[in-house]
Amino acid sequence: MACKFIVFSIGLALALGIVHETGHAGEWGKYQVEDRRSGYTYRTKETRAMQDDDFQNPGMALVDEGEALWSMVDGKAGKSCASCHQDASVTMRGVGAVYPKFDIGLGKLKNIEQQINTCRTGQMQATPWKWEKGQLLAMTVYVRHQSRGMPMNVKVDGSAAPFFEKGKAFYNERRGQLDMSCGSCHEAYPGTRIRADMLSQGQGHSFPTYRLKWQKVGSLHRRFRGCNKQVRSKPYKYGSDEYVNLELYAGWRARGLPIETPALRN
Amino acid sequence: MANFKARIKVPKKAKKGEVFQVKTLVTHKMETGLRKNKKTGKKIPRFIINKFACNYNGKEVFSSNWHPAISANPYMSFYVRAEKSGSLDFSWTDDKGQVGTKSAKIMVTG
Ligand code: HEC
Ligand code: HEC
Repeated sequence: MACKFIVFSIGLALALGIVHETGHAGEWGKYQVEDRRSGYTYRTKETRAMQDDDFQNPGMALVDEGEALWSMVDGKAGKSCASCHQDASVTMRGVGAVYPKFDIGLGKLKNIEQQINTCRTGQMQATPWKWEKGQLLAMTVYVRHQSRGMPMNVKVDGSAAPFFEKGKAFYNERRGQLDMSCGSCHEAYPGTRIRADMLSQGQGHSFPTYRLKWQKVGSLHRRFRGCNKQVRSKPYKYGSDEYVNLELYAGWRARGLPIETPALRN
Repeated sequence: MANFKARIKVPKKAKKGEVFQVKTLVTHKMETGLRKNKKTGKKIPRFIINKFACNYNGKEVFSSNWHPAISANPYMSFYVRAEKSGSLDFSWTDDKGQVGTKSAKIMVTG
């Protein structure tokens, strides 16, 4: 049985083109906490340099866009985000570190995108912004950016516990034609090449992220969809309960790591 | 005139003869013309910025022609030698002939 599994694993490794590569040894400074290393540390030095320089990071344009939207009046109530939340650098500081979090009214988790739209529909009487479109991405980047550098610190006990468990189960469940779990890549092989890419630990603290492949900023749920599709499993919807629960687990996997939004990845 | 969202970084002051770095980044999707709309199967027409230039007190000191393989949101950085106080004027021209501009002042001492 064990022998059969090894043969299967090698076959799989060959099929996916996994090749071992010596990882960077030593210190990653703030980008490493215990054995948790940010996706940043698995990128090339050229990609890291783009993130290190706010000027070069095209994701920073969304911080500017989000800032402009923050004080834009919209909806029947005649309000902007700033009408209630004033200065985002004060009121939104730390928010990005604790989402997704349990919402008593909903009886389940909500993430930042959902909170923003709740404020738009409920508080502003405006239409909700569409997932993965410019405005919602820009505002999510803007809100999350206010916590840049702060350690990820999602709550996984109490009311959040059952949802955390669901997210964890999703992470560890094999799926798709390739029959792989998230952990088959991100726990078994971080620091290892998979085709032309290098696997990270698959954490959620850097999102929304500017991805060179996408040529734009994308949400964590877009990343989840991509990771589902590449093992040929059907992706879930943006904002689905499955992905919000998974977001909590991916956030917990990054606990203590500084928020990088908008990070830059290849 | 097109209203391109661009960022530029130029030092406020430089010594005469000093070589300084200029950084620019323009937000643009740089549609290659090679992609298809997945639903209709129709080609998405090419729409890129095809020329970037920088003039220093009216004289061109840097220019480049861009092609479809240039990434979205192009970043361009280069070096200029300080001569006289004045302005650096940047321009980005797209496929429709629209031009976006941005300028920065520099003070040259000594
Ligand atoms: C009329 C007042 C009002 C407006 C306008 C408003 N909000 Fe809110 N917002 C609230 C209230 C009240 C809460 C806390 C209760 C809740 O969860 O809804 C809140 C909570 C939040 C939170 C969560 C904060 C935390 O500490 O968990 C975020 C993020 C947020 N709002 C973003 C926005 C954004 C972005 C906009 C503009 C698109 C906006 N809000 C507009 C009243 C408002
Ligand atoms: C076949 C291997 C594979 C599987 C299975 C997989 N991923 Fe990934 N994932 C990747 C690759 C490759 C990348 C890009 C490089 C990197 O950051 O690991 C990536 C990136 C990510 C990132 C971005 C990390 C960052 O810092 O930018 C997250 C988050 C992520 N994956 C989560 C998941 C989740 C959740 C699942 C399960 C639903 C999953 N992945 C399944 C291969 C995989």
